[in-house]
Amino acid sequence: MTATTRLLMAASLLLAVGCSDSPDDGGADRITIYSGRSEELVQPLFDEFTAATGIQIDVRYGDSGELAAQLITEGDSSPADIFFSQDAGALGALDRADLLAGLPTDVLDLVPAAYRSTEGNWIGTSGRVRVLVVNPELAPDAPTTIDELLDPQWKGRIGFAPTNASWQSFVTGLRVLRGEDGARQWLTAFAANDPVAYEKNGAVRDAVDAGEVAIGLVNHYYLYEKIAAEGADTVVAVNQYLAPGDPGGLVNVAGVGMLEGSGASDLVIELIRFLLSEEGQRYFAESTFEYPLAANVPPADGLPTLDELQAPSIDLSDLDSIAATQELLADVGLLTR
Amino acid sequence: MRRRLPPPILAVPAAAASLVSLVPVWYLFDRSFGSGPSAVVDELWQRRTLDLVSRSLALTLAVTAASVLIGVTAAWIVVRSDLPGRRVLRVAFALPLAIPSYLSAFAWISWQPSLAGFTGAALVLTLVSFPYVMLPVVAALQHLDPAHEEVARSLGAGRYTVLWRVVVPRVRTAIAAGALLVALYVLSDFGAVAAMRYEAFTWVIYGAYRAGFNPARAAILATTLVVLASMLVAAEAAARGRATARVGGGTARRATPVRLGPAGIIGAFSFASIVLLPALALPAWRITTWLRTYASTDVDLADVRRALTSTIVLGALAALFTVALALPVGILAARSRSAFARAVERTTYVTHALPGIVVAISLVFVGVRLLRPIYLETPLLVLGYGVLFLPLAVGSVRNSVEQSSRRAEEIARSLGERPSGVLRRVTIPLAAPGIGAAAAMVVLATMKELPVTLILHPTGTETLATRLWHFTSVSDYANAGPYALALVLFAAIPTALLGISTEHS
Repeated sequence: MTATTRLLMAASLLLAVGCSDSPDDGGADRITIYSGRSEELVQPLFDEFTAATGIQIDVRYGDSGELAAQLITEGDSSPADIFFSQDAGALGALDRADLLAGLPTDVLDLVPAAYRSTEGNWIGTSGRVRVLVVNPELAPDAPTTIDELLDPQWKGRIGFAPTNASWQSFVTGLRVLRGEDGARQWLTAFAANDPVAYEKNGAVRDAVDAGEVAIGLVNHYYLYEKIAAEGADTVVAVNQYLAPGDPGGLVNVAGVGMLEGSGASDLVIELIRFLLSEEGQRYFAESTFEYPLAANVPPADGLPTLDELQAPSIDLSDLDSIAATQELLADVGLLTR
Repeated sequence: MRRRLPPPILAVPAAAASLVSLVPVWYLFDRSFGSGPSAVVDELWQRRTLDLVSRSLALTLAVTAASVLIGVTAAWIVVRSDLPGRRVLRVAFALPLAIPSYLSAFAWISWQPSLAGFTGAALVLTLVSFPYVMLPVVAALQHLDPAHEEVARSLGAGRYTVLWRVVVPRVRTAIAAGALLVALYVLSDFGAVAAMRYEAFTWVIYGAYRAGFNPARAAILATTLVVLASMLVAAEAAARGRATARVGGGTARRATPVRLGPAGIIGAFSFASIVLLPALALPAWRITTWLRTYASTDVDLADVRRALTSTIVLGALAALFTVALALPVGILAARSRSAFARAVERTTYVTHALPGIVVAISLVFVGVRLLRPIYLETPLLVLGYGVLFLPLAVGSVRNSVEQSSRRAEEIARSLGERPSGVLRRVTIPLAAPGIGAAAAMVVLATMKELPVTLILHPTGTETLATRLWHFTSVSDYANAGPYALALVLFAAIPTALLGISTEHS
């Protein structure tokens, strides 16, 4: 009757509105990216790429882990051409699921071997270093190894972010470097030193700067974010880098992998070259103070180079066992309440 | 209608609705048993898994009990007492539904970090879920024939005896239905328990996806929730007892409101404050503080408008689809005692304990293989909302149809109307309030929804909830604030309508 007809018309109208996409510029080259890196960070870079090459980019933003799960579930029929991950673990997992295509050797050679997959299926685009952010007034002689953190003088004076992915990657690295028992030993002793838990790395950094705690376990760029926002004069905290080879100085990378089922491999490789070009690498160095990995671009002023740091050597693909890390942390009492 | 088989006009769409809601279950069994039954047992029979299941059950019990207590009391106050301002209170008690659990949890934990753990999780989940009990009980109380109570009074029963032995049993169905929804919701929740750092079973499922990159393991773990949900559904059916539809002709007289003395009025207002201040005032205050602290002058209003439009359109589409699916199921469940009707109704609830990410991944699985043309397009997303919110709609439709008399339908049949005509001209119009409530509930649930939307949204389409997530995930609270505000304000509209809706025939 008329009521039903009206309802049906309303439904079709809504469906039409709901399904309307942006105008289709048929014929343009397109790439689909699943990005675990935030829109604020990488969209400008993608826009630059489109402006330079005319290749249109459709991006789906999300959590790296959830996107990896989606990609694994999609399998070969995935609409994605390339996966831009916040960390190496997710890339390693996709590699183990045989979803990533091998990259050409000349692309792989753009980046040192430590920062790409051993099989050549994914490549890092920028790096970040685990550091101690310290308040120099409260900790004039800050530790340079994680074992020194276990000293009773730091009881209740260390801040960390238990649910943060970078902390969990560090613990995963610890498990790889020292074995399960070694890692459990260190974590138990660390827990006994009453570390203070914060929601996020930013909160840890702010607490150190404010003097609430003396030392914080964070990534290197958090300090520079604060300095950029508030000015070098107001920020008290400084970064303390770990001793060469110490597990606490883990370098993790954000990176990309090309999906095996992609039909646009030429375009994807062009994008990867762009991300690893001087322009792309300089963008990461300047916007987030991350470590460039290619094109001989130096890190931002004041940062030691990766060579100087001598981070512990580890196969970054092995950082994909974070679930086991979370169980260990929960067991030791460092994850939840 | 005491037929052996329900009429095809109801049975076929109801069966279709049942199949839709079983998509995640099919995916889970395929994924888990694909690894072999021993893998399943290994995964589930671990101390940590069992620990977490009991933690989730403990939380579920606490929240359900509290929600029933608060919900029934609130319903009685706004329907049966003569409290001044009870019409306003009725809307106010429904409004907590407009606040997503993740937002409420954030509001609380940012104010009182010491709440983290069981207390905070139970508090937040109770405050956002008790309306699920209150609303059906309000509807049931309104339809209650006061004759029973008057007879009891005339036989000498005191006020509280009447309440306990006459009123509450008559609304038992509504209480059980609401309690079931709350229990399933608590089992599925991740946002609140994560913010409150209360390690619940959903943590391992999310961990298996986000940190373990292991959808197969997550699927095995999620089957536990399907089993738990089935047990809860069976428990609710038992608690429901025999649904008592009205017998006899005519409509119920409105009951005379119970006179609250001064003590009663103070008691009722105290109760309302104890519930509404934490449920509404605190989140409102926190959001306002948030907006003031991080006030940004260059908020992209165009983006907020776009997100709002998408949110409303998706909500409307979800409501249309879900209510259309829920109608045959709800009518069957209310009118038929056959095994088919019971099976169809119960299967729609079985996936309600699954966290959103599991439903999302199951739809990715099915979408990519069987529904490729609509994969990552609006229709699949709307299908996802249907799978998620069918129980809300079915419950509402069923309650509403149960409360209207079969008499009118029987008369229509006896006058020669075909089954489809009876449906169209009698059953559905009589169930209109329930249908409206179902639509409102689905709209508001869709507006708040996050995990399925994040994974299945058409590329380029964002809702208020996904924008909020994007900004808070990079700690950009300045830009997140307007989306939180818009979300709560606009979700309050269908919620207020839910609260206002009256069912006087």
